[in-house]
Amino acid sequence: MANPTGTTLDMSPKAENSDKPSSPLFLAFQSFRRHKPAMVGSAILVVLYIVSAFAGFFAPYHYDNQVRELTWAPPSTLQFSDKNGTSWRPFVHPLRQTFDENLNAVFAADTSQRAYLRWFVSGDEYHILGLIPARLHLYGVDEIKSPPGGESYFTRYYLLGADISGRCIFSRICYGAWISMTIGILGAGITFIIGMLIGGISGYCGGWVDDVLQRFCEMVMLLPGFYLLLMLRYLFPSDMSSVQVYFAVILILSLLGWAQFARVIRGMVLAIRGMPFVEAGRALGASHMRVIVRHVLPNTMSYAIVSVSLAIPGYILGESALSLLGLGIVEPTPSWGNMLAKAIDITELKTHPWVLWPGLFIFLAVMAFNLVGDGLRDAFDPRQRRL
Amino acid sequence: MTAYLIRRFMFGAVLILLATVVSFTILKAAPGSPIALEDPRLSQEYIDAQKRLFGLDQHPVRQYFTWLGMTWFFDTSGPKGLLQGDLGLSITYKQPVWDVIEPRLWATLAMNVVALGVTWMVAIPLGIYAAVNQYKWGDRALSFISFAGMSAPGFFIALLLLWLFAGVLNWLPAGNLTSLNHQEMSLLGKLWDYVLHMIVPVTVLVIGALAGLQRLMRGNMLETLRQQYVQTARAKGLPENKVIYKHALRNAINPMVTILGFEFAAMFAGAAILENVINFPGMGQLLLEALRGKDQSVVMATFLLGSVMLVLGSLLADILLVLVDPRVSYG
Repeated sequence: MANPTGTTLDMSPKAENSDKPSSPLFLAFQSFRRHKPAMVGSAILVVLYIVSAFAGFFAPYHYDNQVRELTWAPPSTLQFSDKNGTSWRPFVHPLRQTFDENLNAVFAADTSQRAYLRWFVSGDEYHILGLIPARLHLYGVDEIKSPPGGESYFTRYYLLGADISGRCIFSRICYGAWISMTIGILGAGITFIIGMLIGGISGYCGGWVDDVLQRFCEMVMLLPGFYLLLMLRYLFPSDMSSVQVYFAVILILSLLGWAQFARVIRGMVLAIRGMPFVEAGRALGASHMRVIVRHVLPNTMSYAIVSVSLAIPGYILGESALSLLGLGIVEPTPSWGNMLAKAIDITELKTHPWVLWPGLFIFLAVMAFNLVGDGLRDAFDPRQRRL
Repeated sequence: MTAYLIRRFMFGAVLILLATVVSFTILKAAPGSPIALEDPRLSQEYIDAQKRLFGLDQHPVRQYFTWLGMTWFFDTSGPKGLLQGDLGLSITYKQPVWDVIEPRLWATLAMNVVALGVTWMVAIPLGIYAAVNQYKWGDRALSFISFAGMSAPGFFIALLLLWLFAGVLNWLPAGNLTSLNHQEMSLLGKLWDYVLHMIVPVTVLVIGALAGLQRLMRGNMLETLRQQYVQTARAKGLPENKVIYKHALRNAINPMVTILGFEFAAMFAGAAILENVINFPGMGQLLLEALRGKDQSVVMATFLLGSVMLVLGSLLADILLVLVDPRVSYG
């Protein structure tokens, strides 16, 4: 190929050493590796995915392990010393709920007993990846039987406090992680397929097909999205199981999200359609569908990957919002959204602000996906790079 | 321009009509009957009478056309519909839908418009500042903050603010639009009451929209500052302030106007979630209530008004673009 600058392409010493030139994908990957925020985002995602896959191990208790007597117990503070002396191993005291003179719940500790924090303890049974039964937990505290005849105390180590049923919020965050961590990927995947197909067909065919599809896209984009989301949710019965709701929510969210994406793909396809290789493909006898799927759409892929990865947070937020309003994942199955539902009540929020912890995890997950999406954009599409 | 406007209006009207068909179909496909008629203490005669009154005993297609007001044209003694400006009756509130929806319409509209205005007033100076001080620490701090703001879920920020300012500090009221003693306040007191209640929702909406707008403004400004006419302006000795605010800014702002309609739509969706989370009596909250109660006419009216607002919003943004950018004209 003639080079306008008069130099040959492979002049760098690096290129001479390697047998074949770097593929665009490899170059993009290298660029991604150098993008520091994106690497931070990736690291957060890796941690969150590991936690969601092995939730049972990281969570000290089962998500529905209730201690009704410890309703809204505050986050436990690890102690190293009490009246009986100091200890190198941190411990907590057993707790008992009582009421003060204003009938507010307060927690009394039995300071004569210590429940030590231990690593790799045996506890509630769970299934690794839903298959292999196991009892090993990363951490836990000793179980202490209250003395017979006296007041009953409960030994629990609540890293982030307890919810209204006395369940460990941290454990529920671990168990709820898989919903937020998978819903974005699945939803964006479906959006990707719909958007690619409609955008591809619309741009490739042109004419009245294009007109109809574009008007349809505009309509979906101009309808009030969250209103439609709420209405679509009510198409499904309200007594569905959590798994059914999970798939219903994915379906609803991906039905709403594809229009914007399809429009850009259509624009790109419109430009690609006029290129000689498309004509060549047709001349060789390939069907229209084959030309679209095998020759035209792959050229839009770098944009598509970036745009889909930036769409993931929307799905996470959509699920959380629905669950928060009591329209998504239902109790006792935890999801970060439905754990926040109790926070809507200002009196609950005021007295037990630790109910907000799941929100921080939603924030983390969304930010991590945003960082990675930004990194992907810079890597795949340097023209769109932010200045 | 006039031809374009007429075309846009026609398209908007068709779109809104289609939106009502979509929402009615979804409503009819959804299971369940109005909560107002589910009380076991109600007699069957009463339920039947109510169903007749609200037209729920008729075929869905007929119900739709009655709601639309088409049957009125053939039989003017019949009930009026949308085309005659009547939104029907609410089965839950036993009131005309318009009376139920009107205060909420203003509440939602006020919240969104104020938030949009504040966002612009904050985002544009910040964007200019970041562009002029590119890669300095101020710019970096701003881009970090705006990134965090973009990622923080609105409902989470709202709950945090409520906890901090209403729960702990007791500076702001917790949710709702008015205080309990709103009726007894003086005019000025009432106004101040509204302002206090609006602070949290408007702040949340602004935080959500600010990041994207600020980043866009910064990008536009940087792009414009690299143009040759800016260099010319500097070369002929104009002070830097004039170059930035008189020459560059006007061109940098145009792309912001193009996304105004989209911006409004995004904010509107966020506001609907927010209303339900902080118990703000707006349209988003009304829609959820009406869906729960299967209050058909209220759901239809809310969705209709939501669509109308978005269509008008995007139309206004397009007109505004013509006004600010003389290069743009719709033939």
